Amino acid sequence: MRKIGIFAFSIPVLASALFWWSSGPAHSDPQWVDSEVEVIAGDVSAEELFEARVEVIAMSCAACHGTDGRLRTAIPAIAGRPEALLNLQLQSFKQDRVPGATVMPRIARAYSEEELQGLAAYFAALDP
Amino acid sequence: MFNQPISRRESIKRIAGFSAAAAAWSWPSIAIPGQGASGRVVVVGGGFGGATAAKYLKRMAPELAVTLVEPNTRYITCPFTNLYLGGIRSFESLWHSYDELRQRYDVEVIHELATDVDVDGHTVELASGTRLAWDRLILSPGIDIRWNELDGYDEAAAEKAPHAWKPGDQSRLLRQQLAGMKQGGTFVLVAPDNPFRCPPGPYERVSMVAHYLKNHNPSAKVLLLDAKDGFSKQGLFMQGWAEHYGDMIEWVSRSNDGTVIRVDADRLEVETEFGMIHAADVLNVVPPQKAGFIADRAGVTDASGWVPVRPDTFASALVDDVYVIGDATQAAPMPKSGFIASTQGKVAARAIAAELTGRVLLPEPSWANTCYSLIAPEHGISIVGVYEVYNGQLREVPDSGGVSPMGADPLFRQLEAEYARGWYAAITQDVWGTPAS
Repeated sequence: MRKIGIFAFSIPVLASALFWWSSGPAHSDPQWVDSEVEVIAGDVSAEELFEARVEVIAMSCAACHGTDGRLRTAIPAIAGRPEALLNLQLQSFKQDRVPGATVMPRIARAYSEEELQGLAAYFAALDP
Repeated sequence: MFNQPISRRESIKRIAGFSAAAAAWSWPSIAIPGQGASGRVVVVGGGFGGATAAKYLKRMAPELAVTLVEPNTRYITCPFTNLYLGGIRSFESLWHSYDELRQRYDVEVIHELATDVDVDGHTVELASGTRLAWDRLILSPGIDIRWNELDGYDEAAAEKAPHAWKPGDQSRLLRQQLAGMKQGGTFVLVAPDNPFRCPPGPYERVSMVAHYLKNHNPSAKVLLLDAKDGFSKQGLFMQGWAEHYGDMIEWVSRSNDGTVIRVDADRLEVETEFGMIHAADVLNVVPPQKAGFIADRAGVTDASGWVPVRPDTFASALVDDVYVIGDATQAAPMPKSGFIASTQGKVAARAIAAELTGRVLLPEPSWANTCYSLIAPEHGISIVGVYEVYNGQLREVPDSGGVSPMGADPLFRQLEAEYARGWYAAITQDVWGTPAS
């Protein structure tokens, strides 16, 4: 058995229930974890987990927008752009409200509103 | 050091703090507390998967010693080789170096062939006899061809009837044959059954071949003999073929006796399942494939010839401490694409950084893929997939992804062609540090 620890949950139950109730169960089922990992007690905050999740999603963005979202081609750079603008664009893609949009609506629909907002904050905070 | 401003963390915490979003992250995260900061990772294969994994390991955990083993001093991408065949892209524009990995990310790059893996001793053996020790091994070996699986198609046959499915001399050979084909000749492409590298690849290839022929050999024909009854982005391709090339391209499905069972490379003929002989002037055989041989040496392949992996991290399902990414893996519904290999490399790098440093968190993973294909230089189409683990299996995130719409206007197609070129510039920057031209 590999020595991998899983931090114990430290998320308030009430908040979890609130999210489940508001968003449905589609993304609240932690079944991805390798069944062979060894559980070691530990604590990690909800904020840290959210930050880590946003970082993992953001890694995929780099394949079209360049490392850290800094490359300008026909596809725009996203690093250092205003957070509110990035968020508006991402939420609009998700809602299919951007006429003529090509791949972004198909991508944005895979993520929650909170994740898209987290991505907007992540890229806005990077140097352009 | 790697341009990660402190304000990012603050910014995301602020976002997370004011909504119920924080509660969405009630996921376990993986790390090894107290394991220490040392660790040696060897990556075999410097393509989309391996080069990405090496770079992102050093971005996430600069203290790790990362060695990349890749025989070629420059990498030639499979994506966009079809554009080279079609005469709209230079061969040299497909070349990428390992300078950024060496100079900016302090990755040790060794240009040798890895010949064997000792999983118990945790070493990789190189052609020179050198042994490299590792704490974690990443294999990104791509594909090998199953020679003779298709009767008559061996390495000698490939010199006359190229596959050009691993870029290099094969790509140049096919390009020369296409340019030298007699007026009114027939270009035959033999497409394999699933699974194979780059599902839309054969169909983009005949598109780019037809683009070339339309301008240089307009009475020529393109015959696509297929061992399948359907293919990636099929409706979009067939609509585009009719629009740009009239009846130049003929697709023969499996049900219409498209499955080729024998190749005669000397006569440039192929025989189908029900005995039809097709003669070619240029014969391009995309043969059956399997995981690159080093995967076999490491014992990570199964009877299928491909590599089963744990879906959350792409650790081998069979051998501890070995991760496998890219075309060699069984990762359906993910395609065997350069884009997804790179994304898999990032997630695997994150998992290894979490294991070896104890400070990097591994949250619920996410992988994205976008494959563009060009039907004509200003006619692009795309397929998107975003993937997650659900009930211990990889799946597409519901209600996301999909292909470009049918019947879109020419501007939409032109935009996707521009984005295809932008994507190539971006991913080659992200993987190898190639400056955008």
